[in-house]
Amino acid sequence: MNTYKIIDHEYDVLVVGAGGAGLRAAVGLSESGLNTACISKVFPTRSHTSAAQGGISAALGNAGEDDWRWHMYDTVKGSDWLGDQDSIEYLCKEAPKAVIELEHYGVPFSRTEDGKIYQRAFGGMTKDYGNSPVQRTCAAADRTGHAILHTLYGQALKHNTKFFIEYFALDLIMKDGECKGVIAWNLNDGTIHRFRSHMTIIATGGYGKVYYSATAAHTCTGDGNAMCLRAGLPLQDMEFVQFHPTGLYGIGCLISEAVRGEGGYLTNSKGERFMEKYAPKAKDLASRDVVSRSIAIEINEGRGIGENKDHAHLHISHIDKKVIESRLPGISESVETFVGRDVTKEPIPVVPTVHYNMGGIPTNYKAEVLTSNGKQKIVPGLMAIGEAACVSVHGANRLGSNSLIDLVVFGRSAAKRAIEIVKPNTPHEKISSNETDKCLDRFDRIRNGNGTNKTSELRLKMQKTMQSKCAVFRNEKTLKVGVDEIQKTFEGMESISVKDKSLIFNTDLMETLEFDNLIRQATTTIESAYSRKESRGAHAREDFPKRDDVNFMKHTLSWHNGKKVKIDYRPVTLSTMSNDVQSFPPKERIY
Amino acid sequence: MVQFNLPKNSKILKGSYFKDKTGSENIKKINIYRWDPDKKENPKIDTFEVNLSKCGNKVLDILNKIKNEIDPSLTYRRSCAHGVCGSCAMNVDGVNTLSCMKSHKEINGDINIYPLPHLKVVKDLVADLSTLYRQYESIQPWLKTKNEKSMKQEINQSQENRKKLDGFYECIMCACCSTSCPSYWWNGEKYLGPAVLLQAYRWIIDSRDEERKERLKTVADKLKLYGCHTIMNCTNSCPKGLNPAKAIGSIKKMLATS
Repeated sequence: MNTYKIIDHEYDVLVVGAGGAGLRAAVGLSESGLNTACISKVFPTRSHTSAAQGGISAALGNAGEDDWRWHMYDTVKGSDWLGDQDSIEYLCKEAPKAVIELEHYGVPFSRTEDGKIYQRAFGGMTKDYGNSPVQRTCAAADRTGHAILHTLYGQALKHNTKFFIEYFALDLIMKDGECKGVIAWNLNDGTIHRFRSHMTIIATGGYGKVYYSATAAHTCTGDGNAMCLRAGLPLQDMEFVQFHPTGLYGIGCLISEAVRGEGGYLTNSKGERFMEKYAPKAKDLASRDVVSRSIAIEINEGRGIGENKDHAHLHISHIDKKVIESRLPGISESVETFVGRDVTKEPIPVVPTVHYNMGGIPTNYKAEVLTSNGKQKIVPGLMAIGEAACVSVHGANRLGSNSLIDLVVFGRSAAKRAIEIVKPNTPHEKISSNETDKCLDRFDRIRNGNGTNKTSELRLKMQKTMQSKCAVFRNEKTLKVGVDEIQKTFEGMESISVKDKSLIFNTDLMETLEFDNLIRQATTTIESAYSRKESRGAHAREDFPKRDDVNFMKHTLSWHNGKKVKIDYRPVTLSTMSNDVQSFPPKERIY
Repeated sequence: MVQFNLPKNSKILKGSYFKDKTGSENIKKINIYRWDPDKKENPKIDTFEVNLSKCGNKVLDILNKIKNEIDPSLTYRRSCAHGVCGSCAMNVDGVNTLSCMKSHKEINGDINIYPLPHLKVVKDLVADLSTLYRQYESIQPWLKTKNEKSMKQEINQSQENRKKLDGFYECIMCACCSTSCPSYWWNGEKYLGPAVLLQAYRWIIDSRDEERKERLKTVADKLKLYGCHTIMNCTNSCPKGLNPAKAIGSIKKMLATS
């Protein structure tokens, strides 16, 4: 039995995670006068939002006519009709306001000639309901995420958000189906902290690290998602994993879609611009799932580049050097640093690379977490935003630059809703120590793991399985093998080995706890993929190549009880939020 | 002659030697600073023989290989691995840099890896950056405008004015510059240091900001700003190729001419 000393804290609202979504929520909450704490396992500006490059979408119309309804249509189509249309309406309608707000906060956006926010073309973003490309993606060169993240951290400082930095969240405190706060571990001094809050907002990001090759950071382990699973709550649409068409070959570093937005194009080993074949109209600016599949087909059919014919080329050397210098300086630097090539002279070697999780914690557009026991209900005291959440605005496939806007629109929405629900300084009711004990038992058990399995080995096994069995193309046979392999890897946790038993900055223990989080998500992901017998968005089944709206126009819900996965479904919301726009009925998706 | 007594724990001892077990001929010796806060012992240098045949090109790849395959207790910060988050700043081969961007192929002989210099060490390669973070807060890194701006549109900024931010807004706060600066070593509590002054300058020259004068006044202090003696280590060490010395020079010039 553990004997950890616990330090208690009480706040009106607690935000877990300090990326774009968490910080935007924290800003709104602190500004309103709610006593707000934000805990993060890394210093806020180290969050993975900093790696977002190309931009943030909003129908500002700074580069030609635009309309939020067109943005909504593109997002619904991009989602392959799995996105909830009420939430998508909210996202696109609120987007311009949210971007203007960021600009007022001080984000150093690039500018048009008349001094407005610069907007560039991006995949799947069109004018007039799919007619021609539109420039909707607002950019700060190719460092938009970095610029937004640093600015939001500044705003949070301005409004006196109380930060707890390098605190690793362990579990939610639940009582009778309501969330009462979070238990966390302070890495810097090794102490355990119990945060009580009337509203807990999960903003812990995606879980890209279940895959071997991902643009995701080492820290993208979906800790909040796993905390929900352990609390008996479901995750939604986990089978939808976005492969970014252009990850840097052999490295995994993101090469922004902005490269194609600024006029870059892809070729195969024959020098053919193959996207013309797969997406005659949008070509290289089709949505990400389409471009990734096209590259995969080219490689599978023997037209890949290099010794192993396993990647494609992305060209920008034809673009004016001055444009590259001012709009794509970051990717020029990355390509130089990691593969030693000069983008103004040579093509960039790229390959589809895991990039984003459409799935996550199910919420409504107010960011309130949903669960289901036959019928849908809200989980009181709990919200989720950003990549951790599944609102669902991205459905089966997210459009490029819709992620950054998701962060700020729903970060803002969560703050608004929490302000409605929570009265400042409301006293906290007593809770028993049961939940804390349960959480610390797990912590203690893992910390004292003296088994035979190294965390790094189990993690590698999981990553290799996901990479080979749950990739761009999937089928019954490989998924079944994958389900069994992942289950075996999960069982490996029973004999885990943690060498470092200390409590101060014990990254051996932290990585093992992160692996425990990852493997639960790998399990729900591959089981959800196995159960969805159709192709939709990023989920491409070779054995079921068509979308099946009759049987599968529904969200997957997956629970993990610590042993196995339970799958259920809930309907997609096709109706809109208001009468400002009509619902977009499903149709065939062609770019 | 003046005699100094070094603190008891400042002597770095020889640590463990981890011999290669793969039998590879492509071996590099990596010497790493280790310090465990739980043990009341002096820091030590552990040496790891690493098989480079199966290892990525960057110093971070070596550290990951050691952590995954040889000693899981090795402690360092890391996240994006692509040079944007600033987590893995450390001293490699005598130079402060991001281990994820530094190629080990450029280094001849053994590789020596230490935490960022002159900071309190939390454990192994993890240093305490809380002073720098507090100093960052002190320059109030947010846009200040006097009147409420219309939520209908952005504050206009010409391309020319926006260009003034280039080379400054990109800072990732890895602290390589500040911890390579001798002035910051001696007066780190009072001198703001290159990283924070570069950030201060980023807001001073933003054409949208309406409190330039107040901002200049706040940093115009004998120690906060004029602790800089143009040694230029900062600019030499910046892994992102930024020029903090130029930012500091520009602030000094603005003060001299205002």
